[in-house]
Amino acid sequence: MYKLTAVTKDYPKGRRTVHALRGIDLAIEDGDWLAIQGPTGHGKSTLLQILGALDRSTTGTVEFRGQDLGSLRENQLTHVRATSIGFIFQTFNLIPTLSAQENVEAALVPLDVADAERRDRAAQGLAEVGLADRARHLPSELSGGQQQRVAIARALVKKPAVLLADEPTGNLDEGTRDEIMTLLASLWEERGLTLVIVTHDTSVARRAQQTGVMKDGRLRLRLNARDATA
Amino acid sequence: MFVTYLVRELRRRMRQAIFVAAGLALGIGLVITVIAASTGVSNSQGAVLHSLYGVGTDVTVTQAPAAGSDRPPSFGFGGGATGQAGSAFSRNVLRAPGLGTLTSSSVTTISGLTDVSAASGSLSLTDLSLSGTIPSGSQPSGSQQGGFGGGASGSISSSSFTVTGIDPAGDALGPLSSATITSGHGITTAESTDNVAVVDSNYAASQNLKVGSTITVAGTTFTVVGIAQAAQSTNTSDVYIPLARAQSLAAMPNEVNTIYVSAASSADITTVSKEISASLPKATVTTSSDLASQVTGSLSSASSLANSLGKWLAVAVMAAAFFIASILTISAVSRRVREFGTLKAMGWRSRRIIRQIMGEALVIGIVGGIAGVALGYGGAALIQSLAPPLTASTGATTNGAAAGGPGHFGAGGGGGGLGRAAGASHTVSVHLNAPVTLGAVGLAVVLAILGGLIAGSFGGWRAVRLRPAAALARVE
Repeated sequence: MYKLTAVTKDYPKGRRTVHALRGIDLAIEDGDWLAIQGPTGHGKSTLLQILGALDRSTTGTVEFRGQDLGSLRENQLTHVRATSIGFIFQTFNLIPTLSAQENVEAALVPLDVADAERRDRAAQGLAEVGLADRARHLPSELSGGQQQRVAIARALVKKPAVLLADEPTGNLDEGTRDEIMTLLASLWEERGLTLVIVTHDTSVARRAQQTGVMKDGRLRLRLNARDATA
Repeated sequence: MFVTYLVRELRRRMRQAIFVAAGLALGIGLVITVIAASTGVSNSQGAVLHSLYGVGTDVTVTQAPAAGSDRPPSFGFGGGATGQAGSAFSRNVLRAPGLGTLTSSSVTTISGLTDVSAASGSLSLTDLSLSGTIPSGSQPSGSQQGGFGGGASGSISSSSFTVTGIDPAGDALGPLSSATITSGHGITTAESTDNVAVVDSNYAASQNLKVGSTITVAGTTFTVVGIAQAAQSTNTSDVYIPLARAQSLAAMPNEVNTIYVSAASSADITTVSKEISASLPKATVTTSSDLASQVTGSLSSASSLANSLGKWLAVAVMAAAFFIASILTISAVSRRVREFGTLKAMGWRSRRIIRQIMGEALVIGIVGGIAGVALGYGGAALIQSLAPPLTASTGATTNGAAAGGPGHFGAGGGGGGLGRAAGASHTVSVHLNAPVTLGAVGLAVVLAILGGLIAGSFGGWRAVRLRPAAALARVE
């Protein structure tokens, strides 16, 4: 799925240059579940953004399904995101004015799916995350856990190859966190998704097949003795 | 999805949307009101000018009198038998006071110009009558300048009235064009050599004339065939007779002193004016806009107010409305950075996001435009109902030929003002209408769309510059 070779990412910050990533080499196979941990400011989210075609590396190559993302134009990257990559965010990032159903439908807009099909797929997506009865509710009328379920439905409705989650349980209580992680685990298993989760939470990371620890822009991988029920 | 998203977003920030729309509405309403007022003033000016100079006349052509050409009237009191003191006399002459003359062929020349649709000549004259007894001790001579001094008063009676020779074939232009024939008929082409006259209603009332009455012009009896009422208190002549008869009686064959010209279109007036000046270099060519500049009074003040203060006020309010709309749209986009970052992460193209922002701004602009048109109609109605009657005065320099010369006529207590036709100042009272034209409404629609597009463009520009990674990084 992914092959990263000697990837670096530098940011100018005033007169200084911040080296967010320092030579990342990483291979993620189809259907892998990778958790990325590490202290704040050590490059976890930067790596996730590069994996998600939201940003470009400064040097090195990022191959996604055999395509060098660095060689693609902006609209091609947009197309990759629209078709193949799903995102989940810590703060859910639902459109506040749209209902749960419409939020899920929004992910199908770039694919120019016909209205009727879009509605059906969104309704089905919501049903899969257990929110069929909340379809008409606005995000403000949903709990944090429900909002994250809507976000998961939105990320998966287009049937992406990879799901990238940035602290998906960071804003949730323990019970809801476990509920969400169980849902993600089952979806990963059922759909054969490739899943990359950035998290501070060791209990969340333990569910992954392997964990990468980011420190000073460098990644160190280790295989997990996976705890699917944790 | 586009419409749903747009409507929901506008509903979410309804107060801001209403504020922006209200700003645009105010600006557009002001623009419409100012245009309506300006159109009203312009129409009023047009009405005044038409009543003074004739409907449909775009250009008038006159010629300044040659120096010394405007000699005082000669009544034939030469040193012959008729000049004896104590003897009775009676004289009736027709003169062209204070105006230079053009040849009738000039009318043909002007008619033949490319951008001229019609031209008509007229001859403005004054009929002077003197009768009485030649006073003793006075030896007036017809060859001398001037008239009778005050010492001659009491023994001589005088009267005068203005006579205009008009071309019956060209009466759609010229002095009678703005008048209404209230009785009888106008002079027809079949009557172009007959002794027939149309009399101004005021003069007819003062002289107790009606259709079928007779009047004497330069000693010749004319039958009144029509009574004409001028549109407003204007620069009318007392009597209108066929041009050919006027030329004959005044001994001015093939001469006219004013040519009324209608241009093929209003856009051609300047060209026509230049063409006439080229063809008749000595003539004074006056366009309707030249005449408009001679209009003074509260109408002129209203015109200045509408055209200067009103225009700039409207421009300033529009600019402020556009600025506020743009700032608020940018601000709204800035507050939605995370939202747009998320959409970009989901694969929404920048142009789809711009379309969404532009759509929202356009809807606000259109709502503002509709409200602005309503405001504009209200403003125009307010002006129409509250504006006091406006007065307009025109200067004394009709057709550029000033009264003057040596033709002062001071026959005792009598009063024959020779310069009346050319030299009178007229004041007309008009009610200001403020019509909202389709053009003004069209302009409002354009401004509303423009306002929306400008605001949307700024917002869109802000959104395009947004890198999804940076937008999402803000969330952390």
